[in-house]
Amino acid sequence: MQYRSLEILVGFFVSIAIAALFFLALQVSNFNALKDNGSYTIKAHFDNVGGLKIKALVSIAGVPIGRVTKINFDTQNYDALVTMRIDSRYNTLPTDTSASILTSGLLGDKYIGLTAGGLDEFLKNGDTIDLTQSALVLERLISQFLFNSSDKSE
Amino acid sequence: MNIFQLLGQSTLKSLAKLGRSSLFFISILSGLGYILKHPNLLIKQLYSVGVLTFWLICIAGLFVGMVLGLQGVYTLSTFGADSSLGIMVAASLVRELGPVVSALLFAGRAGSALTAEVGLMKATEQLSGMEMMAIDPLKYIIAPRFFAGFISLPLLAALFSAIGVIGGYLAGVELLNVDAGAYWSQMQSSIDFYDDIINGIIKSIIFAWLVSWIALFEGYDALPTSAGISRATTRTVVNSAFAILLFDFLLTALMFGAN
Repeated sequence: MQYRSLEILVGFFVSIAIAALFFLALQVSNFNALKDNGSYTIKAHFDNVGGLKIKALVSIAGVPIGRVTKINFDTQNYDALVTMRIDSRYNTLPTDTSASILTSGLLGDKYIGLTAGGLDEFLKNGDTIDLTQSALVLERLISQFLFNSSDKSE
Repeated sequence: MNIFQLLGQSTLKSLAKLGRSSLFFISILSGLGYILKHPNLLIKQLYSVGVLTFWLICIAGLFVGMVLGLQGVYTLSTFGADSSLGIMVAASLVRELGPVVSALLFAGRAGSALTAEVGLMKATEQLSGMEMMAIDPLKYIIAPRFFAGFISLPLLAALFSAIGVIGGYLAGVELLNVDAGAYWSQMQSSIDFYDDIINGIIKSIIFAWLVSWIALFEGYDALPTSAGISRATTRTVVNSAFAILLFDFLLTALMFGAN
């Protein structure tokens, strides 16, 4: 085979493979969401994080605005300290914003849903959210339900 | 005593082989400068190693993706979770099947060809003939083949994963009516570019190094007879498969074990 056509074929091969890489990056993964506009971290204390995992979404009004970066056990308050990174485009969250751990769908992943408050001051890097609601643990719900129904029957 | 002698003999033999192959690898690396000066050597090998494996990888990727799609719908629909099909197909392809299956196919298609070619060159004394003409066969013959394999396999693995995702789409969405929006959006929300795709590429780079190294060394180290070449070709495929699967386990444990 002539050297020129050989070069053309190799060129095709390499460009198709690189196109496949771009396909993987843009269509399969969340590469678009990684455009880094800078970010700031906020913390929140929860009584129980349930099945929340690192890298879970943080969303407000259903729109993802950040991710959970760290989940620690706070040895002083005996609760969970969740650190999350919020995109710095959304730097106007009021200080009385509340955070709750929610589940997407019945078997879906846990995520943190924020609900904006009404104050004029905004959360800054390193601030802590005070109003939090823990994850719903299914066993507790069921036991509450059982206790309530047995109370009624008596 | 005979058992101990056999054990010692085989240990010493395999250690000597490991040493020879390491020296072989170092002298391949020293051929990198020569290739950069003569890129046409590399282009020829990229054709015979990469381009000729292209269709095999495309077809294998398509069918592996389609099987994943069918099997995924079958399993996930028992939990009513067939909207998660995209995650399953993409994660298993990008993390595991893409790098591993394409490396196994590459070892069978290109690795065995490299061993047979180099082994035959040795048996017909072409390699020693080059040495007589003061051409270093490690630079002129071995190094271009090594780097061609080293470049091709990661590209082929990316191609395999991409086509596999499309195959999963064809089987799951077009054939079994999983929702197309759920397929792509669930995939995009849980496949991470750095954690999944870059780690998959790192895996395939390591497999490319292993397969090219094993194939060329077995050819270069083969007994210069027809039986020797046939045994070396078998060893290439078997040892590459072992090395790929072993390293895949180690790399998976390192990369994804923490999650």
